[in-house]
Amino acid sequence: MAIFETQNLAVGYTHGKQTTTLLSGLNLSLESGQLVALLGQNGAGKSTLIRALTFATKPVEGKILLHGVDFDTITRSERARLLSLVSTERIQAGALTVTELVGLGRQPYTGFLGRLSDADRDIVADSISSVGMSHKADSFVANLSDGERQKVMIARALAQHTPIIVLDEPTAFLDAASRIETMQLLASLAHEQNKAILLSTHDISRSLMLTDQLWVIARDRQVLTGPTSEMVASDAMNRVFANSSIIFNSTHCDYEASEG
Amino acid sequence: MSNLSSHRFSATVIVLIALFVLLVGACLMFGSVDIDASSVMSIVMGNDSDNEAWNIIVRDTRIPMILTAALAGAALAISGLLLQTTFNNPLAGPSILGVSTGAGLGVAVVMLAMGGTIGKMMGDVAIGGYIATLVGAFIGAGAVMLVLIVFSSIVKSSTMLLIIGMLVSYLASSVVQLLNSVATEEGIHSYVAWGFGNFSGVTGAQMPLYASLIIVGLLLSVMMVKPLNALLLGTRYAENLGINTHRTRIALLMVTGLLTAVVTAYCGPIGFLGLVVPHISRLMLSTSNHSRLIPVTILAGADIALFCTLLSVGGDHGVIPINAITPIIGVPIILYIILNRRKIQYFN
Repeated sequence: MAIFETQNLAVGYTHGKQTTTLLSGLNLSLESGQLVALLGQNGAGKSTLIRALTFATKPVEGKILLHGVDFDTITRSERARLLSLVSTERIQAGALTVTELVGLGRQPYTGFLGRLSDADRDIVADSISSVGMSHKADSFVANLSDGERQKVMIARALAQHTPIIVLDEPTAFLDAASRIETMQLLASLAHEQNKAILLSTHDISRSLMLTDQLWVIARDRQVLTGPTSEMVASDAMNRVFANSSIIFNSTHCDYEASEG
Repeated sequence: MSNLSSHRFSATVIVLIALFVLLVGACLMFGSVDIDASSVMSIVMGNDSDNEAWNIIVRDTRIPMILTAALAGAALAISGLLLQTTFNNPLAGPSILGVSTGAGLGVAVVMLAMGGTIGKMMGDVAIGGYIATLVGAFIGAGAVMLVLIVFSSIVKSSTMLLIIGMLVSYLASSVVQLLNSVATEEGIHSYVAWGFGNFSGVTGAQMPLYASLIIVGLLLSVMMVKPLNALLLGTRYAENLGINTHRTRIALLMVTGLLTAVVTAYCGPIGFLGLVVPHISRLMLSTSNHSRLIPVTILAGADIALFCTLLSVGGDHGVIPINAITPIIGVPIILYIILNRRKIQYFN
């Protein structure tokens, strides 16, 4: 059974009393042990969909099921143990150490004052080591590079011990090397720790081949889904951009200008 | 907590407590009349000295003043910290965001327009004196808090929120000016004196209410360490960690309103302490972790308010208003922080 699925989901945004629906009729599902990338051009509705899937905004219509249970019936604190988030939101945590920041991921499990038990500390240390940042465990977050910060935020999500991790544009501010590293890290977390991981990205490159499934938002606001290799070989990728002179080269796994 | 930061925390707490003891001693000894340490000691211990005037000065003036100052400093410092975290804005503080001014406006309405009582027109149930002032301050601070809550969900930029706070302050000041034109001479006089800020206005009889309200506010802030730390990550992350950020923000603003209103009603609109002390605490500890920041901010707030009190009443000069001293301490620190923000961890 899919761990995370949507039934006839419609997402959009409300401006005053007016609701604009961006994507509708979505029946998406995410399985444990899979890394899924959500692709689409800017403005296509990636962030809106991610916001709805992480309960930051209410869907316009339809249901989101976690473990087969309607998310509306799940309490806030239960949700915090099922789904963790990595976003690009600016954080104020420069004066926390890596260990303290990752430790915040344990909040759904700690008591009133948020004190960490020895078991919590072990989980925090393991999470930091999973992303290869143990050597920086006592460094201040302020002194990390963008790529290192992203890894620490992923470690924080791991410490939250959720079966589902959703990442909103995790590679947006990273250099090429950190981007590939992040994708490799996410693939290994999905496959080795049996997590269901969804990430949104507009960075279409060979590192996409590390994913198991693609959800592609086409220019006509259809969401096409399928195993990555099939999607790349199909026409799906050519349906992303409105401009027909931009075509997808499945060998290079990248877009290029059409010749002629 | 790593060993290094835990040592740093203990060392900071010890230094602040030692300073507290020294400052309390100095405030007991120095003032319009200087009293020697051994006499002070024996009066505090309950054995009167031979000088009856000294007994009265220490027991009825200096001890209440020290308690008032220490609690006010702690309360304002915590208010500033909570506002800075809530609005994700290092330059937030009760005076800058207009909360103190709002409380001041409430006080002005009571002192100037109502002649110092609320509910006179209702006959017997008039609330008089400092309780009326307190109620006025609560309503004023609460109104500004409401405005801030409403605007903070509309304007996302924290600079804009600071500007709105300043606008609210201007508006409140102009209402106070208007009230002045209809007030009695006596009302104006007491309002102006109140506006200077001073820690010697709380009498022994008023102390239990003043102290217990502030202690309740401080305890509530300690209980909010967990959501405060989650808010360092921003709204989305905090929500994802299971925090109801909307309710948390309102609770935080209510605690801030309580602390600011109580201090403002009794001591006047004290500027700068709320803005500056959280920064001093963060710089001393080099952390934003509220589990260490809150106790240190309480202690540092108390120490700095006592230091201001000593400058205000100690020495041969007459009493200097507290609000003439806090900017001299506060402004250089804020300038230092603004100029060094690239080097200070909690900005990055």
